[in-house]
Amino acid sequence: MTPRISLLGTTALLFEAPGETSLVTQRRIWSLAREAQGWPEVAEAVPGVNNLMLSLAELPDDPAPLATRLQQAWAAAEPMTPSADSGGGRMVTLDVIYGGAWGPHIADVMAHTGLSLDEIVAIHTTPDYPVFAIGSHPGYCYLGGMDQRIATPRRQVPVLHLPGGAVSIGGGQTGVSASAGPSGWNTIGSTEMVFFDPTLPVPCLLQPGDVIRFRAKQVVR
Amino acid sequence: MIEILSDTALATVQDLGRIGALRMGVGFAGAMDDLALSAGNLLLGNDETEAAIEVQIFPFALRFLTGGVFAITGAACGATLDGAPVLPWWSVAVEAGQILRLGVPGPAAWRGSRAYICVAGGIDVPVVLGSRSTQLRGAFGGHQGRALRQHDVVPVGRTDRPVVGFGLIAPAVVEPLLQDGVPAIRVLKAAEHDLYTADSLEAFWSQPWRITPQSDRYGYRLSGPSLAMATPIELRSHGIVPGVIQVPQGGQPIVQMRDAQPTGGYPKIGTVIGADLWRLGQAPIGSHIRFVCSDWAEAVAAAARNRAYLDDVRRLALLHGFQTGEG
Repeated sequence: MTPRISLLGTTALLFEAPGETSLVTQRRIWSLAREAQGWPEVAEAVPGVNNLMLSLAELPDDPAPLATRLQQAWAAAEPMTPSADSGGGRMVTLDVIYGGAWGPHIADVMAHTGLSLDEIVAIHTTPDYPVFAIGSHPGYCYLGGMDQRIATPRRQVPVLHLPGGAVSIGGGQTGVSASAGPSGWNTIGSTEMVFFDPTLPVPCLLQPGDVIRFRAKQVVR
Repeated sequence: MIEILSDTALATVQDLGRIGALRMGVGFAGAMDDLALSAGNLLLGNDETEAAIEVQIFPFALRFLTGGVFAITGAACGATLDGAPVLPWWSVAVEAGQILRLGVPGPAAWRGSRAYICVAGGIDVPVVLGSRSTQLRGAFGGHQGRALRQHDVVPVGRTDRPVVGFGLIAPAVVEPLLQDGVPAIRVLKAAEHDLYTADSLEAFWSQPWRITPQSDRYGYRLSGPSLAMATPIELRSHGIVPGVIQVPQGGQPIVQMRDAQPTGGYPKIGTVIGADLWRLGQAPIGSHIRFVCSDWAEAVAAAARNRAYLDDVRRLALLHGFQTGEG
Protein backbone atom coordinates (compact mmCIF):
# COMPACT_ATOMS: atom_id res chain seq x y z
CA MET A 1 0.00 0.00 0.00
CA THR A 2 1.32 3.39 -0.93
CA PRO A 3 0.58 6.65 0.83
CA ARG A 4 -1.51 9.25 -0.96
CA ILE A 5 -0.46 12.83 -1.59
CA SER A 6 -2.99 15.40 -2.73
CA LEU A 7 -3.21 19.16 -3.18
CA LEU A 8 -5.09 21.40 -0.76
CA GLY A 9 -5.35 24.17 -3.33
CA THR A 10 -2.20 26.22 -3.78
CA THR A 11 -1.30 26.64 -0.12
CA ALA A 12 -0.86 23.12 1.26
CA LEU A 13 -0.14 19.47 0.49
CA LEU A 14 -1.80 16.55 2.26
CA PHE A 15 0.03 13.28 2.92
CA GLU A 16 -2.10 10.31 4.03
CA ALA A 17 -0.51 7.13 5.34
CA PRO A 18 -2.12 3.88 4.15
CA GLY A 19 -3.68 1.20 6.34
CA GLU A 20 -5.62 1.12 9.59
CA THR A 21 -5.10 3.93 12.08
CA SER A 22 -2.32 2.97 14.46
CA LEU A 23 0.10 4.45 16.95
CA VAL A 24 3.08 2.96 15.09
CA THR A 25 2.04 4.76 11.91
CA GLN A 26 1.49 7.93 13.93
CA ARG A 27 5.03 7.70 15.36
CA ARG A 28 6.29 7.62 11.75
CA ILE A 29 4.08 10.67 10.99
CA TRP A 30 5.73 12.57 13.88
CA SER A 31 9.09 11.60 12.48
CA LEU A 32 8.11 12.77 8.99
CA ALA A 33 6.74 16.03 10.42
CA ARG A 34 9.99 16.77 12.22
CA GLU A 35 11.96 16.13 9.03
CA ALA A 36 9.65 18.18 6.75
CA GLN A 37 9.55 21.09 9.17
CA GLY A 38 13.16 21.79 8.24
CA TRP A 39 12.54 22.00 4.49
CA PRO A 40 12.63 25.52 3.00
CA GLU A 41 9.46 24.91 0.92
CA VAL A 42 7.48 24.18 4.09
CA ALA A 43 5.94 26.87 6.31
CA GLU A 44 4.56 24.34 8.76
CA ALA A 45 4.30 20.55 9.03
CA VAL A 46 1.01 19.73 10.75
CA PRO A 47 0.35 16.15 11.90
CA GLY A 48 -3.24 14.89 11.70
CA VAL A 49 -4.48 11.36 12.50
CA ASN A 50 -2.16 9.13 10.46
CA ASN A 51 -1.63 11.98 8.01
CA LEU A 52 0.45 15.12 7.62
CA MET A 53 -0.35 18.49 6.08
CA LEU A 54 2.45 20.67 4.78
CA SER A 55 1.51 24.32 4.50
CA LEU A 56 3.71 25.88 1.83
CA ALA A 57 6.13 28.72 2.49
CA GLU A 58 5.82 29.92 -1.11
CA LEU A 59 3.84 28.99 -4.18
CA PRO A 60 6.16 26.65 -6.14
CA ASP A 61 6.15 26.58 -9.96
CA ASP A 62 5.54 22.84 -9.66
CA PRO A 63 4.49 20.94 -6.51
CA ALA A 64 5.70 17.56 -7.83
CA PRO A 65 9.30 17.71 -6.50
CA LEU A 66 8.03 18.35 -2.97
CA ALA A 67 5.62 15.42 -3.26
CA THR A 68 8.49 13.18 -4.38
CA ARG A 69 10.66 14.36 -1.52
CA LEU A 70 7.82 13.59 0.89
CA GLN A 71 7.40 10.06 -0.49
CA GLN A 72 11.11 9.40 -0.10
CA ALA A 73 11.20 10.79 3.44
CA TRP A 74 8.22 8.60 4.40
CA ALA A 75 9.95 5.49 3.10
CA ALA A 76 12.90 6.32 5.35
CA ALA A 77 10.87 7.50 8.37
CA GLU A 78 11.42 5.46 11.52
CA PRO A 79 8.77 5.48 14.30
CA MET A 80 9.67 8.35 16.61
CA THR A 81 9.62 7.94 20.37
CA PRO A 82 8.84 11.35 21.83
CA SER A 83 11.12 12.30 24.66
CA ALA A 84 10.84 15.03 27.25
CA ASP A 85 13.54 17.11 25.56
CA SER A 86 11.61 17.01 22.27
CA GLY A 87 8.59 18.42 24.11
CA GLY A 88 6.54 15.24 24.31
CA GLY A 89 6.16 11.92 26.05
CA ARG A 90 4.78 13.16 29.35
CA MET A 91 1.91 11.55 31.24
CA VAL A 92 -0.87 13.94 32.31
CA THR A 93 -3.75 12.86 34.53
CA LEU A 94 -7.02 14.76 34.17
CA ASP A 95 -9.56 14.74 37.00
CA VAL A 96 -13.03 14.43 35.51
CA ILE A 97 -16.52 14.88 36.93
CA TYR A 98 -18.66 12.44 34.97
CA GLY A 99 -22.43 12.75 34.42
CA GLY A 100 -25.05 15.23 35.61
CA ALA A 101 -24.70 18.80 34.40
CA TRP A 102 -21.01 18.02 33.74
CA GLY A 103 -21.83 15.24 31.29
CA PRO A 104 -25.24 16.02 29.83
CA HIS A 105 -25.07 13.39 27.05
CA ILE A 106 -23.86 10.43 29.10
CA ALA A 107 -27.44 9.06 29.04
CA ASP A 108 -27.21 8.96 25.23
CA VAL A 109 -23.96 6.98 25.46
CA MET A 110 -25.66 4.61 27.96
CA ALA A 111 -28.63 4.21 25.62
CA HIS A 112 -26.45 3.56 22.58
CA THR A 113 -24.00 1.17 24.24
CA GLY A 114 -26.37 -0.54 26.69
CA LEU A 115 -23.74 0.01 29.40
CA SER A 116 -24.36 1.45 32.87
CA LEU A 117 -22.99 4.81 34.03
CA ASP A 118 -20.38 3.07 36.20
CA GLU A 119 -19.33 0.77 33.36
CA ILE A 120 -18.84 3.72 31.00
CA VAL A 121 -16.77 5.59 33.58
CA ALA A 122 -14.71 2.46 34.30
CA ILE A 123 -14.05 1.82 30.62
CA HIS A 124 -13.26 5.48 29.89
CA THR A 125 -10.80 5.80 32.78
CA THR A 126 -8.87 2.58 32.03
CA PRO A 127 -6.67 3.21 28.97
CA ASP A 128 -3.71 5.51 28.47
CA TYR A 129 -4.65 7.85 25.64
CA PRO A 130 -1.75 8.95 23.41
CA VAL A 131 -2.03 12.47 21.96
CA PHE A 132 -1.88 11.80 18.20
CA ALA A 133 -2.12 15.40 17.06
CA ILE A 134 -3.25 18.90 17.99
CA GLY A 135 -6.01 20.51 15.94
CA SER A 136 -9.65 21.54 15.59
CA HIS A 137 -9.23 24.53 17.89
CA PRO A 138 -6.38 26.04 19.94
CA GLY A 139 -4.88 23.37 22.21
CA TYR A 140 -7.31 20.57 21.31
CA CYS A 141 -5.84 17.03 21.34
CA TYR A 142 -6.75 14.19 19.00
CA LEU A 143 -6.44 11.10 21.20
CA GLY A 144 -5.93 7.46 20.30
CA GLY A 145 -6.70 4.45 22.43
CA MET A 146 -10.40 4.63 23.25
CA ASP A 147 -12.10 1.32 24.03
CA GLN A 148 -14.57 0.83 21.17
CA ARG A 149 -17.22 -0.57 23.52
CA ILE A 150 -18.14 3.03 24.40
CA ALA A 151 -18.05 4.33 20.82
CA THR A 152 -21.16 6.45 20.16
CA PRO A 153 -22.13 8.25 16.94
CA ARG A 154 -21.83 12.02 16.72
CA ARG A 155 -25.00 13.93 17.59
CA GLN A 156 -27.56 14.63 14.87
CA VAL A 157 -27.69 18.28 15.91
CA PRO A 158 -24.40 19.80 17.08
CA VAL A 159 -24.32 21.62 20.42
CA LEU A 160 -23.64 25.29 19.63
CA HIS A 161 -21.84 26.24 22.81
CA LEU A 162 -19.94 23.44 24.47
CA PRO A 163 -17.82 24.83 27.34
CA GLY A 164 -14.06 24.39 27.55
CA GLY A 165 -12.99 21.28 29.47
CA ALA A 166 -15.86 19.13 28.15
CA VAL A 167 -14.85 15.45 27.92
CA SER A 168 -16.70 13.87 25.02
CA ILE A 169 -17.10 10.89 22.71
CA GLY A 170 -17.57 11.25 18.94
CA GLY A 171 -17.75 7.99 17.01
CA GLY A 172 -14.75 5.89 18.03
CA GLN A 173 -12.80 8.81 19.49
CA THR A 174 -12.70 10.69 22.76
CA GLY A 175 -11.39 14.18 23.45
CA VAL A 176 -11.48 17.23 25.69
CA SER A 177 -12.56 20.62 24.33
CA ALA A 178 -9.96 23.30 25.06
CA SER A 179 -12.28 26.31 24.79
CA ALA A 180 -15.97 27.09 24.38
CA GLY A 181 -17.40 26.41 20.93
CA PRO A 182 -19.69 24.24 18.83
CA SER A 183 -19.36 20.43 18.84
CA GLY A 184 -21.20 17.41 17.53
CA TRP A 185 -19.74 15.08 20.16
CA ASN A 186 -21.43 13.58 23.23
CA THR A 187 -20.29 15.23 26.46
CA ILE A 188 -19.86 12.69 29.26
CA GLY A 189 -17.92 14.77 31.79
CA SER A 190 -15.88 17.88 32.51
CA THR A 191 -12.37 18.77 33.61
CA GLU A 192 -10.99 22.08 34.83
CA MET A 193 -7.64 21.73 33.10
CA VAL A 194 -6.53 24.70 30.95
CA PHE A 195 -5.14 23.37 27.67
CA PHE A 196 -4.14 26.55 25.91
CA ASP A 197 -2.74 29.93 26.97
CA PRO A 198 -1.40 32.11 24.13
CA THR A 199 0.57 34.25 26.60
CA LEU A 200 2.82 31.34 27.66
CA PRO A 201 6.10 30.57 25.85
CA VAL A 202 4.63 27.13 25.08
CA PRO A 203 0.89 27.87 24.65
CA CYS A 204 -0.25 24.22 24.41
CA LEU A 205 -0.37 22.18 27.61
CA LEU A 206 0.01 18.95 25.63
CA GLN A 207 2.11 17.90 22.65
CA PRO A 208 1.85 14.96 20.25
CA GLY A 209 3.37 11.96 22.00
CA ASP A 210 2.12 12.98 25.44
CA VAL A 211 -0.26 10.59 27.15
CA ILE A 212 -3.54 11.45 28.89
CA ARG A 213 -5.12 9.42 31.65
CA PHE A 214 -8.64 10.25 32.88
CA ARG A 215 -9.40 9.86 36.61
CA ALA A 216 -12.95 9.96 37.98
CA LYS A 217 -13.03 12.74 40.56
CA GLN A 218 -16.76 12.36 40.95
CA VAL A 219 -19.65 10.55 39.27
CA VAL A 220 -22.93 12.46 39.33
CA ARG A 221 -26.10 10.41 39.05
CA MET B 1 -6.51 56.29 18.26
CA ILE B 2 -9.93 55.38 16.93
CA GLU B 3 -13.20 55.13 18.85
CA ILE B 4 -15.84 52.74 17.57
CA LEU B 5 -19.28 54.38 17.46
CA SER B 6 -21.39 51.53 16.03
CA ASP B 7 -22.75 48.79 18.22
CA THR B 8 -22.94 46.33 15.33
CA ALA B 9 -20.88 43.29 16.08
CA LEU B 10 -18.64 41.35 13.71
CA ALA B 11 -16.17 44.09 12.80
CA THR B 12 -12.73 42.78 13.71
CA VAL B 13 -9.07 43.73 13.58
CA GLN B 14 -7.34 41.67 10.89
CA ASP B 15 -3.97 41.50 9.19
CA LEU B 16 -2.83 38.94 6.61
CA GLY B 17 -3.30 36.15 9.13
CA ARG B 18 -1.38 33.93 11.50
CA ILE B 19 1.33 31.69 10.04
CA GLY B 20 2.96 28.91 12.03
CA ALA B 21 0.45 28.11 14.77
CA LEU B 22 -1.56 25.39 12.99
CA ARG B 23 0.27 22.77 15.04
CA MET B 24 -1.30 24.32 18.14
CA GLY B 25 -4.75 24.06 16.61
CA VAL B 26 -4.78 27.76 15.78
CA GLY B 27 -6.18 28.63 12.35
CA PHE B 28 -5.06 31.42 10.02
CA ALA B 29 -7.73 34.08 10.66
CA GLY B 30 -6.81 37.26 8.70
CA ALA B 31 -8.59 39.46 6.18
CA MET B 32 -11.27 37.79 4.05
CA ASP B 33 -10.10 40.04 1.19
CA ASP B 34 -6.33 39.94 1.59
CA LEU B 35 -5.79 41.86 -1.65
CA ALA B 36 -7.87 44.83 -0.41
CA LEU B 37 -6.00 44.86 2.91
CA SER B 38 -2.56 44.68 1.27
CA ALA B 39 -3.45 47.35 -1.30
CA GLY B 40 -4.90 49.63 1.39
CA ASN B 41 -1.73 49.36 3.43
CA LEU B 42 0.56 49.98 0.47
CA LEU B 43 -1.31 53.03 -0.75
CA LEU B 44 -0.86 54.58 2.71
CA GLY B 45 2.87 53.85 2.71
CA ASN B 46 2.44 51.05 5.28
CA ASP B 47 3.97 47.61 5.16
CA GLU B 48 1.58 45.22 3.48
CA THR B 49 1.29 43.26 6.73
CA GLU B 50 -0.22 45.99 8.95
CA ALA B 51 -3.62 45.40 10.54
CA ALA B 52 -6.88 47.16 9.62
CA ILE B 53 -10.52 47.04 10.70
CA GLU B 54 -12.61 44.62 8.65
CA VAL B 55 -16.24 45.72 8.49
CA GLN B 56 -18.92 43.30 7.35
CA ILE B 57 -22.08 44.74 8.89
CA PHE B 58 -23.19 48.15 7.62
CA PRO B 59 -23.68 50.98 8.32
CA PHE B 60 -20.60 51.43 10.51
CA ALA B 61 -19.18 54.53 12.19
CA LEU B 62 -16.06 55.52 14.07
CA ARG B 63 -14.39 58.70 15.36
CA PHE B 64 -10.72 59.51 14.88
CA LEU B 65 -9.39 60.60 18.28
CA THR B 66 -6.08 61.59 16.70
CA GLY B 67 -5.32 62.97 13.25
CA GLY B 68 -3.71 60.88 10.54
CA VAL B 69 -4.30 59.34 7.16
CA PHE B 70 -6.72 56.55 6.26
CA ALA B 71 -8.07 54.69 3.26
CA ILE B 72 -11.13 52.51 2.72
CA THR B 73 -10.68 49.52 0.45
CA GLY B 74 -12.79 46.48 -0.33
CA ALA B 75 -16.55 46.89 -0.78
CA ALA B 76 -17.72 50.27 -2.11
CA CYS B 77 -19.86 51.55 0.74
CA GLY B 78 -20.52 55.27 0.16
CA ALA B 79 -18.31 56.46 3.00
CA THR B 80 -18.43 59.98 4.40
CA LEU B 81 -16.08 61.96 6.64
CA ASP B 82 -18.09 64.50 8.69
CA GLY B 83 -20.73 64.17 5.99
CA ALA B 84 -18.43 64.79 3.01
CA PRO B 85 -18.06 61.91 0.53
CA VAL B 86 -14.83 59.90 0.76
CA LEU B 87 -13.41 58.31 -2.37
CA PRO B 88 -12.91 54.56 -2.02
CA TRP B 89 -9.39 53.15 -2.46
CA TRP B 90 -7.98 56.63 -1.75
CA SER B 91 -5.67 57.92 0.98
CA VAL B 92 -7.36 60.72 2.92
CA ALA B 93 -6.03 63.02 5.65
CA VAL B 94 -8.16 63.23 8.78
CA GLU B 95 -8.15 65.48 11.86
CA ALA B 96 -8.84 64.52 15.45
CA GLY B 97 -12.57 64.42 16.16
CA GLN B 98 -13.76 63.70 12.63
CA ILE B 99 -16.37 60.98 12.19
CA LEU B 100 -16.15 58.38 9.44
CA ARG B 101 -19.35 56.63 8.37
CA LEU B 102 -19.61 53.64 6.07
CA GLY B 103 -22.93 53.12 4.30
CA VAL B 104 -24.49 49.91 3.03
CA PRO B 105 -22.66 48.54 -0.04
CA GLY B 106 -25.07 49.01 -2.91
CA PRO B 107 -25.17 48.17 -6.59
CA ALA B 108 -21.90 49.44 -7.99
CA ALA B 109 -19.55 48.52 -10.81
CA TRP B 110 -18.59 45.76 -8.43
CA ARG B 111 -20.56 44.69 -5.37
CA GLY B 112 -18.49 43.53 -2.43
CA SER B 113 -19.43 42.65 1.10
CA ARG B 114 -16.44 43.58 3.27
CA ALA B 115 -14.72 46.95 3.68
CA TYR B 116 -11.30 47.63 5.19
CA ILE B 117 -10.59 50.77 7.18
CA CYS B 118 -6.83 51.04 6.81
CA VAL B 119 -4.81 53.69 8.66
CA ALA B 120 -1.29 54.98 8.15
CA GLY B 121 0.73 53.24 10.85
CA GLY B 122 -1.72 50.33 11.03
CA ILE B 123 -4.06 49.29 13.84
CA ASP B 124 -1.54 48.75 16.61
CA VAL B 125 -3.00 45.97 18.74
CA PRO B 126 -0.47 43.54 20.28
CA VAL B 127 0.97 40.78 18.11
CA VAL B 128 -0.10 37.37 19.48
CA LEU B 129 1.50 34.22 18.05
CA GLY B 130 2.86 36.19 15.12
CA SER B 131 -0.24 38.13 14.08
CA ARG B 132 -2.60 40.96 15.02
CA SER B 133 -5.61 39.10 13.58
CA THR B 134 -8.56 38.37 15.84
CA GLN B 135 -8.80 34.69 16.80
CA LEU B 136 -12.39 34.29 18.00
CA ARG B 137 -12.17 30.64 19.14
CA GLY B 138 -9.86 30.85 22.12
CA ALA B 139 -10.41 34.64 22.29
CA PHE B 140 -7.00 36.18 21.60
CA GLY B 141 -5.36 38.47 19.07
CA GLY B 142 -7.06 41.52 17.56
CA HIS B 143 -8.75 43.82 20.06
CA GLN B 144 -9.05 41.75 23.26
CA GLY B 145 -9.70 38.59 21.25
CA ARG B 146 -13.18 39.64 20.17
CA ALA B 147 -15.24 41.65 17.68
CA LEU B 148 -15.24 45.43 18.18
CA ARG B 149 -17.96 47.04 20.28
CA GLN B 150 -19.32 50.54 20.75
CA HIS B 151 -16.90 52.76 22.74
CA ASP B 152 -13.90 50.52 22.11
CA VAL B 153 -10.77 52.57 21.53
CA VAL B 154 -8.19 50.96 19.27
CA PRO B 155 -4.62 52.23 18.97
CA VAL B 156 -3.04 53.39 15.71
CA GLY B 157 0.67 52.85 15.08
CA ARG B 158 3.13 55.70 14.53
CA THR B 159 4.29 56.51 11.05
CA ASP B 160 6.68 59.13 9.69
CA ARG B 161 5.82 59.29 6.04
CA PRO B 162 2.18 58.60 5.22
CA VAL B 163 1.05 58.99 1.61
CA VAL B 164 -1.94 61.35 1.12
CA GLY B 165 -4.21 62.12 -1.82
CA PHE B 166 -3.54 59.06 -3.91
CA GLY B 167 -5.84 56.31 -5.10
CA LEU B 168 -6.25 52.98 -6.84
CA ILE B 169 -8.65 51.18 -9.12
CA ALA B 170 -10.10 48.17 -7.29
CA PRO B 171 -8.72 44.75 -8.34
CA ALA B 172 -12.26 43.53 -9.08
CA VAL B 173 -12.52 46.26 -11.71
CA VAL B 174 -9.03 45.65 -13.09
CA GLU B 175 -9.34 41.84 -13.04
CA PRO B 176 -12.99 40.81 -13.25
CA LEU B 177 -13.64 37.08 -13.50
CA LEU B 178 -16.98 35.82 -14.78
CA GLN B 179 -18.34 32.54 -16.10
CA ASP B 180 -21.59 32.83 -18.09
CA GLY B 181 -22.15 36.20 -16.43
CA VAL B 182 -21.75 34.81 -12.89
CA PRO B 183 -18.74 35.72 -10.66
CA ALA B 184 -16.28 32.86 -11.01
CA ILE B 185 -13.90 31.25 -8.53
CA ARG B 186 -11.05 29.04 -9.73
CA VAL B 187 -10.69 25.68 -7.99
CA LEU B 188 -8.18 22.83 -7.98
CA LYS B 189 -9.53 19.30 -7.58
CA ALA B 190 -9.04 17.85 -4.08
CA ALA B 191 -8.40 14.31 -2.87
CA GLU B 192 -11.98 12.99 -2.99
CA HIS B 193 -13.03 14.75 -6.22
CA ASP B 194 -13.05 11.63 -8.36
CA LEU B 195 -15.20 9.69 -5.85
CA TYR B 196 -18.27 11.81 -6.65
CA THR B 197 -20.84 10.58 -9.15
CA ALA B 198 -20.64 11.85 -12.72
CA ASP B 199 -23.88 13.80 -12.24
CA SER B 200 -22.52 15.42 -9.09
CA LEU B 201 -19.31 16.48 -10.78
CA GLU B 202 -21.19 17.81 -13.80
CA ALA B 203 -23.39 19.85 -11.45
CA PHE B 204 -20.51 21.06 -9.30
CA TRP B 205 -18.60 22.52 -12.25
CA SER B 206 -21.50 23.80 -14.34
CA GLN B 207 -24.20 25.08 -11.97
CA PRO B 208 -24.33 28.38 -10.08
CA TRP B 209 -24.03 28.07 -6.29
CA ARG B 210 -25.92 30.37 -3.97
CA ILE B 211 -24.18 31.74 -0.88
CA THR B 212 -26.66 31.07 1.93
CA PRO B 213 -27.23 33.28 5.00
CA GLN B 214 -25.37 30.61 7.05
CA SER B 215 -22.12 31.97 5.65
CA ASP B 216 -19.52 33.89 7.62
CA ARG B 217 -15.81 34.20 8.29
CA TYR B 218 -15.71 30.52 9.33
CA GLY B 219 -17.20 29.15 6.15
CA TYR B 220 -19.62 29.65 3.29
CA ARG B 221 -22.50 27.21 3.17
CA LEU B 222 -23.59 26.93 -0.43
CA SER B 223 -26.92 25.90 -1.87
CA GLY B 224 -27.38 24.11 -5.18
CA PRO B 225 -27.70 20.61 -6.62
CA SER B 226 -27.07 17.81 -4.11
CA LEU B 227 -23.61 16.23 -4.41
CA ALA B 228 -23.15 12.53 -3.71
CA MET B 229 -20.34 10.02 -3.69
CA ALA B 230 -20.69 6.70 -5.48
CA THR B 231 -19.68 5.08 -2.17
CA PRO B 232 -19.54 7.28 0.95
CA ILE B 233 -16.23 7.11 2.82
CA GLU B 234 -14.97 8.01 6.29
CA LEU B 235 -11.85 10.14 6.59
CA ARG B 236 -9.44 10.60 9.45
CA SER B 237 -9.03 14.11 10.84
CA HIS B 238 -6.45 16.02 8.85
CA GLY B 239 -5.17 19.54 8.30
CA ILE B 240 -7.24 21.82 6.10
CA VAL B 241 -6.78 25.40 4.86
CA PRO B 242 -9.07 28.27 3.86
CA GLY B 243 -10.58 27.54 0.45
CA VAL B 244 -11.12 23.80 0.99
CA ILE B 245 -14.60 22.84 -0.26
CA GLN B 246 -15.99 20.12 2.01
CA VAL B 247 -19.16 18.17 1.34
CA PRO B 248 -20.90 16.87 4.49
CA GLN B 249 -23.52 14.11 4.27
CA GLY B 250 -26.29 16.53 3.30
CA GLY B 251 -24.61 17.00 -0.09
CA GLN B 252 -24.39 20.80 0.08
CA PRO B 253 -20.83 22.11 -0.03
CA ILE B 254 -19.16 24.29 2.60
CA VAL B 255 -16.16 26.39 1.66
CA GLN B 256 -13.77 26.88 4.56
CA MET B 257 -12.92 30.54 5.08
CA ARG B 258 -10.35 32.48 7.14
CA ASP B 259 -11.69 31.59 10.62
CA ALA B 260 -12.14 27.90 9.75
CA GLN B 261 -10.72 25.39 12.18
CA PRO B 262 -7.37 24.04 10.98
CA THR B 263 -8.46 20.39 10.82
CA GLY B 264 -11.42 18.60 9.30
CA GLY B 265 -12.68 15.23 8.21
CA TYR B 266 -15.41 15.73 5.62
CA PRO B 267 -14.69 14.69 2.01
CA LYS B 268 -13.12 17.44 -0.11
CA ILE B 269 -14.24 17.98 -3.70
CA GLY B 270 -11.91 20.87 -4.44
CA THR B 271 -9.99 23.85 -3.07
CA VAL B 272 -10.26 27.48 -4.12
CA ILE B 273 -6.89 28.70 -5.39
CA GLY B 274 -5.15 31.08 -3.00
CA ALA B 275 -5.23 33.91 -5.55
CA ASP B 276 -9.05 33.84 -5.70
CA LEU B 277 -9.87 33.62 -1.98
CA TRP B 278 -10.39 37.40 -1.92
CA ARG B 279 -13.06 37.13 -4.63
CA LEU B 280 -14.99 34.64 -2.52
CA GLY B 281 -14.38 36.71 0.62
CA GLN B 282 -16.21 39.59 -1.07
CA ALA B 283 -19.12 37.57 -2.51
CA PRO B 284 -22.29 38.75 -0.76
CA ILE B 285 -24.78 36.47 0.97
CA GLY B 286 -27.58 35.62 -1.44
CA SER B 287 -25.40 36.05 -4.52
CA HIS B 288 -24.34 33.24 -6.83
CA ILE B 289 -20.89 32.02 -7.81
CA ARG B 290 -19.57 29.51 -10.32
CA PHE B 291 -16.64 27.16 -9.80
CA VAL B 292 -14.12 26.92 -12.63
CA CYS B 293 -11.84 23.89 -12.85
CA SER B 294 -8.31 25.26 -12.81
CA ASP B 295 -4.82 23.83 -12.92
CA TRP B 296 -1.55 24.56 -11.17
CA ALA B 297 -0.08 26.70 -13.97
CA GLU B 298 -3.17 28.92 -14.10
CA ALA B 299 -3.16 29.24 -10.29
CA VAL B 300 0.50 30.30 -10.36
CA ALA B 301 -0.26 32.87 -13.07
CA ALA B 302 -3.22 34.23 -11.07
CA ALA B 303 -1.03 34.65 -7.99
CA ALA B 304 1.56 36.45 -10.12
CA ARG B 305 -1.09 38.89 -11.37
CA ASN B 306 -2.19 39.69 -7.80
CA ARG B 307 1.47 40.22 -6.90
CA ALA B 308 1.99 42.49 -9.94
CA TYR B 309 -1.04 44.59 -8.91
CA LEU B 310 0.37 45.08 -5.42
CA ASP B 311 3.88 45.78 -6.72
CA ASP B 312 2.38 48.51 -8.93
CA VAL B 313 0.59 50.00 -5.94
CA ARG B 314 3.82 50.05 -3.96
CA ARG B 315 5.74 51.77 -6.77
CA LEU B 316 3.00 54.32 -7.44
CA ALA B 317 2.65 55.17 -3.75
CA LEU B 318 6.39 55.72 -3.52
CA LEU B 319 6.38 57.90 -6.64
CA HIS B 320 3.38 59.91 -5.41
CA GLY B 321 5.15 60.45 -2.10
CA PHE B 322 8.23 61.86 -3.83
CA GLN B 323 6.18 64.11 -6.11
CA THR B 324 4.12 65.64 -3.33
CA GLY B 325 6.99 65.81 -0.89
CA GLU B 326 4.78 64.10 1.65
CA GLY B 327 6.31 60.67 1.31
